[in-house]
Amino acid sequence: MLSFIKEFIEFLRYRKKYWLIPIFLILALFGIIIVLSQGSAVAPFIYTIF
Amino acid sequence: MTSILGISAFYHDSAACILIDGKIIAAAQEERFTRKKHDPSYPYNAVEFVLKFASLKLNQVDQVVFFEKPFLKFERLIETYMAFAPSGFKSFCMSVPLWLREKLFQKKFLFDKLKKHDENFIDIERIKFSEHHYSHAASAYFPSPFNEAIILTADGVGEWATTTLAIGKNNNLEIKKEIHFPHSLGLLYSAFTYYIGFKVNSGEYKLMGLAPYGTPKYLDKVKQIIDIKDDGTFRLDQRYFNYATGLTMTNNKFNDLFGQKPRNPQTDEITQFHMDIAASIQKVTEEIMINLAKSAQREYKIKNLCLAGGVALNCVANGKIHQENIFDNIWVQPAAGDAGGSLGAALAFWHIEKKNKRYVNPNDDMNGSYLGPEFSQVEIEKELKSLGANFEILSYEDLINETSDFLSQQKAVGWFQGRMEFGPRALGGRSILGDPRSDKMQKNLNLKVKYRESFRPFAPSVLREDLSEWFDIDTDSPYMLLVANVNSNKKIEMNEEQKKLFGIDKLNIKRSEIPAVTHVDYSSRIQTVTKQNNKPYHDLISKFKEKTGCPVIINTSFNVRGEPIVNSPTNAFNCFMGTDLDYLVIGNCILDKSKQDPSLKKDYTKEFELD
Repeated sequence: MLSFIKEFIEFLRYRKKYWLIPIFLILALFGIIIVLSQGSAVAPFIYTIF
Repeated sequence: MTSILGISAFYHDSAACILIDGKIIAAAQEERFTRKKHDPSYPYNAVEFVLKFASLKLNQVDQVVFFEKPFLKFERLIETYMAFAPSGFKSFCMSVPLWLREKLFQKKFLFDKLKKHDENFIDIERIKFSEHHYSHAASAYFPSPFNEAIILTADGVGEWATTTLAIGKNNNLEIKKEIHFPHSLGLLYSAFTYYIGFKVNSGEYKLMGLAPYGTPKYLDKVKQIIDIKDDGTFRLDQRYFNYATGLTMTNNKFNDLFGQKPRNPQTDEITQFHMDIAASIQKVTEEIMINLAKSAQREYKIKNLCLAGGVALNCVANGKIHQENIFDNIWVQPAAGDAGGSLGAALAFWHIEKKNKRYVNPNDDMNGSYLGPEFSQVEIEKELKSLGANFEILSYEDLINETSDFLSQQKAVGWFQGRMEFGPRALGGRSILGDPRSDKMQKNLNLKVKYRESFRPFAPSVLREDLSEWFDIDTDSPYMLLVANVNSNKKIEMNEEQKKLFGIDKLNIKRSEIPAVTHVDYSSRIQTVTKQNNKPYHDLISKFKEKTGCPVIINTSFNVRGEPIVNSPTNAFNCFMGTDLDYLVIGNCILDKSKQDPSLKKDYTKEFELD
């Protein structure tokens, strides 16, 4: 995971797309929720968000 | 010795190839092994095959190169959703979790998959990534017979680029210009493929085949949705499309413009309207490709052109570029679609990253595209025996002689010889052959053998030495990627009454001395055959010519509609027994349908999902 984060940051630096960082963080957060919610107890929580 | 494994996967047509010291040793598409057309999954079987062919274990491979860059693709995805927000929310919710779960971690994903071939493969840093269109450009330039060329690539979309113009010189390849998503010629063509009721990513060929039945009546309307500049660059009016963030290609505004909803292939017939639409979009595609080629030649003044990307499989457009005499030479990568990306990624690494010298092969470096698996006579006999097949073994001369007899008697023959082709075209390795002089052959082969739509044309294989006598072209087309007209002295002109016929009715009119391979507009998708490229195939056509005076035969891929081209003798036997093929010629074995055990016949019509 660490090498992935390192490579992704390198990619953002090379592409000069730092503005993608907050979007990516939010997405990662929602992504984790969505992944976790599949068939789990988190499902009702996600309905209240969307 | 340096070996490089190229991989393309996870969208459609996954494939693998292997280079040793820059030489292409083997390449194959995964669909041929898994028997799932356009299989996008990790090409486990294809990788196994190329490694085995090169007698290498994965751990001995110096570099693995994937054909596109997942981070860049993700960037495009996010920026597109942002640009179109709030529309596209449904598509966003479907795709982003998938990306966050696996696609973004493609390096790790690939590493885990690769380890299944060889647990001693432990160095993840051996995996590198090339850009999608750079891979296409490399696949078009490096194997080409030119030491300097303009390279045009066009397809649906890679990371950002949809169309690129590159310059290749010696072992350098530099992309000079790009057109970015969502403006895409490939996606425009796919949008119309969807509208006409064919499957996106596989039905584009049908749209091209349908075009000659129509007239380009809707040219003005097509040009309302695409703004084409003089240099061939273009912009699509996104108000008419839904592919950027939606789940369909086109939208209601598109339907309103053309006056009909997309055709439902289950319930709606193909009408003259659909043929006219096909003719219109084909014409626009040709205009764009010709203008792009012209402006590139004007600017860089290089006399050679290389083409790749899915749009380069549009052989009608390629033929038009050739007719325009913009370039002295044109070379099209036979695996122009994404499968060829595996090859380009590996070649790019060898020449660009490793800075290795390029040796130009005057006949190109693709080995006639015969880069797939082959089977020895012993293996063939063993497999056929295990299947319960009844076969005769003949000497080479008798085999060629008998097969040419079958063809001249207008029998449908399955022809399985040597290595399998890499790329979507069968080139005399895994082909179904027929007599092009018969006016019933096109319909019969389409309906009884291939189980496909009767409007679809067949392509001719012609001896290179006789090409210009039969067709209005005199250049090599070994990969069936150029279209030209049948020569006027071979044409049979239609009378006034016949000219008034519309659409598919024209198909029943005998239009030339070789009607089965003459499309309604007198065009043919030509494969030139030389002794050097494929000796048995050349010998067969020569023998056929000796008997009939005709140096042309029908060559269509050895499969039925929806089935990947046959790979093994077993696949070939199954297809033979499931269709109305009369004979199967496989290695030195000949199988006569009438002598096979009837209980081995199978209902092949439902075996594969129709495309």
